[in-house]
Amino acid sequence: MRRSFRLAIPTFLSALLVASMLAGGGAATAAGTGMAPYDPTHAGGTVTLVAAAAAGSLDPKINYTAEYWELYQASYDGLLGFKYGDGKSSFEIVPDLATALPVMSNGGKTLTFTLRSGIKFSNGAPLTVADVKASFERIFKVSSPTAGSFYNGIVGADACLKVPATCKLDKGVVVDPKKSSIVINLVAPDETITSKLAVPHAVINPASAPVKDAGTTPIPTTGPYMFKSYDPNKLLVMVRNPYFKEWSHDAQPQGYPAEIDYKFGVTPTAQVTAVENNQANWVYDPIPADRLNEIGTKYASQVHVNSLTAMWYLPMNTNLAPFNNVKARQAVNYAIDRAAMVKIFGGSQLAAPVCSFLPPSFPGHVDYCGYTKGATPDKPAKAWAAPDLALAKSLVKQSGTAGQAVGIVVSDDDVNKQMGVYLQSVLNSIGYKATVKPISGNIQFTYIQNTKNKVQISVSQWYQDYPAASDFLNVLLGCASFTPNSDSSINMAGYCNKPFDAQMQKAMGFGITNPAAGNTLWGQLDQQVMKDAPVAVAFTPKQLDFVSSGTKNYHFSLQYKMFISQLQTK
Amino acid sequence: MALKENSEAIFSESPGKIALRTLRKDKRALFSLAILGFIVAISLLAPIYSHFIAHTDPFNSTLDATTTIGGKVVPVLEPSTTGLGLGVTPIGPTWNLRGYFLGADGQGRDVLARLLYGGRNTLFIGLSAGIICIVLALLIGVVAGYRKGWIDAVLSRLLDVIWAFPVYLLAISLSVVLLTSGLTIGFIHIGPGSFALPIFIIGIVYIPYVARPIRAQVLALREREFVRAAVGIGAKDSTIIFREILPNIVPSILVFIPIIVALCMLTESALSFLSIGVQPPQASWGTIINDGLALLYTRPLVGIAPGLLIVLTAASLNLYGDAVRDALDPKTRARGDA
Repeated sequence: MRRSFRLAIPTFLSALLVASMLAGGGAATAAGTGMAPYDPTHAGGTVTLVAAAAAGSLDPKINYTAEYWELYQASYDGLLGFKYGDGKSSFEIVPDLATALPVMSNGGKTLTFTLRSGIKFSNGAPLTVADVKASFERIFKVSSPTAGSFYNGIVGADACLKVPATCKLDKGVVVDPKKSSIVINLVAPDETITSKLAVPHAVINPASAPVKDAGTTPIPTTGPYMFKSYDPNKLLVMVRNPYFKEWSHDAQPQGYPAEIDYKFGVTPTAQVTAVENNQANWVYDPIPADRLNEIGTKYASQVHVNSLTAMWYLPMNTNLAPFNNVKARQAVNYAIDRAAMVKIFGGSQLAAPVCSFLPPSFPGHVDYCGYTKGATPDKPAKAWAAPDLALAKSLVKQSGTAGQAVGIVVSDDDVNKQMGVYLQSVLNSIGYKATVKPISGNIQFTYIQNTKNKVQISVSQWYQDYPAASDFLNVLLGCASFTPNSDSSINMAGYCNKPFDAQMQKAMGFGITNPAAGNTLWGQLDQQVMKDAPVAVAFTPKQLDFVSSGTKNYHFSLQYKMFISQLQTK
Repeated sequence: MALKENSEAIFSESPGKIALRTLRKDKRALFSLAILGFIVAISLLAPIYSHFIAHTDPFNSTLDATTTIGGKVVPVLEPSTTGLGLGVTPIGPTWNLRGYFLGADGQGRDVLARLLYGGRNTLFIGLSAGIICIVLALLIGVVAGYRKGWIDAVLSRLLDVIWAFPVYLLAISLSVVLLTSGLTIGFIHIGPGSFALPIFIIGIVYIPYVARPIRAQVLALREREFVRAAVGIGAKDSTIIFREILPNIVPSILVFIPIIVALCMLTESALSFLSIGVQPPQASWGTIINDGLALLYTRPLVGIAPGLLIVLTAASLNLYGDAVRDALDPKTRARGDA
C-alpha cells in the first residue's frame, strides 16, 4: 500500500505458521511483546492527527493507503489480524473475529474458521457468518485493488473478477450459521493466505454494506472505534464504538482516546508546528526538510525513527511512449542519483539508496544493483554507487525517444514535489522534455493507477502489506494487478509479462513447501524483472513519527506503524 | 504676473510635452524609474551572472554540488550533524558573487541566479500580459463605446461575464485547465510549459478593468461638440476614432499601463506561487517564493528575496503610475505650478 507498510512476517515465520495450522494447530506460532494490559486511568481525551490531505474513500475494501490502514486497525476486524505488539511481534498473525487460527486441510487448500459469538457492529447489528461471506464477495463487487492479486485464489474468484456485480462465492466461502463455521476453499495452497486475510481489504463488513465504493459514508465497524463523520476536505472523526467489548487483547485491544480527530488541509510545516505546540498529537506527512534538523535537536525525545520494509519508486508506463521502450526505462534507472533523492527525503538517517525491487532484509532480497556506474543488469554490482548519465543518454539515443515530452505526476507535498523537480532535471539532462505535474495527495495515488490519465512516470511509494516477496513483485508487477481504465490498478507500470507471471506463481507455490527455494526464486525474479525495468527503485525509507510532548504510550508495529488507539493523552 | 507667464508657457506647448516636463521634475517618478531600471537591468544580466560570474546552471538540480567558503570545500546541501542527525539543509548566503550569494534552494541551485532569471520572466510576463490586456481592452472599449447599440450590448455583457468572476478564481480556473494539456486553437498549439499561457490568461482576466472605463470615456466623447462637428462634415468613423477619440483617451491609457502591468506581474507571481503559472524548471519570483516556503525555517531569504523584489517593482510601478496621472491631469498640474 502507499505510505503504509504492511506486516512483515518473515517468510520462515509464515511457513511455520502454515505448517502449524496444517498440523491442525490453532495457536499463534511466535511469541512476542504484546500491549500492556488496558489501564482505564489513561482512558479519555482526544487524539488529534494532522495531514495535508485526506486519503480518498473511507471504504476499507477500496482504500489502499497507509493513512487509513492505520485507522482501520483500530476500527475494523477480519477473521485474522496482526498482533498488537512492538517489533517483530507485530508480524504475528492472531485470530481476530475467528476463535482461532484456521484449521488447514486438503493440502493447504481449505481453511476452516469458527466465528466468535456475541460481537456486534457499531450499528448494533450482530456479526454473523452471512456477513463474512458477503464481505468476501464484496471484495470483488467493489473491485478492491487487491481482488485480483490477493484473493484470486479463492474458489469462484475467477468468475467474480470477470463479472464483479454478480459475484457469488458459494463454493469459495462456505458458511454454516448453526455451527458459526466458515470454510474458505482455495484453488491452490497459498503460503500467504493468512496474511492476506489479516489485511483491511479482508475485514468483515455488515452484509448490508453497499456493493459499491462507500466513499465518504462510514461503514459500521466491529473494533473499538467507529467513524462518526468524514469530510475529506476538513475532518475525519472517530468515536468509541458503543458495542465494542474486548475479545482479544492481542488482536483488538480496547483503545485509550475517547475520540480520534484527523484534520486535513494542514500543510506539513503547520503540522510540525501544531505538534510542537501540543495542538496536535501526530504528524502524518513527511516532515518538511527544513524542520528535520529542528525536531532532531530540540524535540529529539518526541521523535521515533523506525525501519520499514518499503520503497520509493518511479513506476514507468510500459504501454505509453517513451517508456514502452525498455531502453528508455533502463536509461531512467541509470540516470537517477539515488543518493540525491535520499537527500531530498531527509538524509541518510532516514533513507538508504537501493535499486532492487525487494527491500533489504525482506524475504527473497538479494544485494544487487544492475543500474549503477560500472554495472549492467546482467553483471550487477552488490549495491548502488553512482548514477551513469553518459550511459543513460546513450540509451535514450538508442531508444529513439530523445526529445519526447514526459509528464511526471507527483503528490503536491513538499517532499514529493522536490522529487518531481529533481526527476525533471534528470530527464531533461538525458534528452527528454519533462514537466512536473503536482496533484493533490488526496487523488494522486489513484490518478496514477488509471490508464485513462495517460501517466507516463510518477513518484510513488510502496509499503509492505504482508511479509512476503509476492506482496512486492506479484502485487506491483503481476498481470492480475493491472486493470486498464480503473483507479484500482496497482500495477502502475502496466507491466504484464506472462512467463514472469507464471514464474511468480511457481515461487508462491514453493513458499508453502520449500520457503528457502521460494525465496531464492523470488530473488532471481527480482533481478529478472529489473532487466525490463518497469520501475526505477530509488530508496528505502524509514518511518519518522513526531508526536507531541503530551502524547504517551507510543508503540510501533512493523505491520501498521503507530498504534493510534493505544496513544494516551491523559 | 508669474501666473500669467506660466499660463502663456503652458499654452505654447503641447499637452504631451507639458506632461513630460512635469514628469521629469517629479521626484517620485524619477525615484520609481530608477528602481525599475535597476531591477530590469539586473534581471537582463541574469545569463551573464550565472554563466560568467557564478558558473552555475539555475535550471538543473545540483544536489551533490560543492562550493568553496574561506578556502574550504563544503557541500551545497549540508547534512545535519547535530541531535539525531536528521535533515539536509541548503547552504545559506555566502555574500560572494562568485557563487551562492544568496545561498542555495532545496535542489542545490543558486538562489541569486534563479532570482535574476525569475525577474526576467516575471517582468516579461507582466509586461506582455499588460500590453495584451490594454490593447484588447482599448479595442473593445472603443468599439463598444463608439458603435453603441447591439455591439455595445454584446461586448458589455461579455465584459460583465468576465467581471463576474473574482480575478484570481478565474485565473486559477483557466490555469488549471490550460496547464494540464496546453491550449489548442485550430492548428495553433501552445504547450503546457509555454509562457504564452500565463500571458494569455492574465491578459484576459484584467480586460474588463480597463475596457469599462475606456468605453465610458468614449461614450462621453462621442457626444462632445468636436466629435459631432467631425460627424457633421462627413468624416469617416475611422478618422473620428483615430483623430478625435483616441488622442483624448491616451492619457487614461498611459495611466493604466503601469498599474495594469503591476497587477499582471502580481497575478503572475501569485499563479506561479500556486504552481499554475510559470512551470519548473523555469523560475519566476512566484515560483521562488514557493521554493522558499519549504525552507522558511532554515533559509528564509529564499522566500523573502523574491518577495521584496515583487514589492519594490509593484510599488515603483504604482508610484510611477501616480506620477503619470498627475502629470497628465491639468488640474493637478495647475495646482502644482501655482
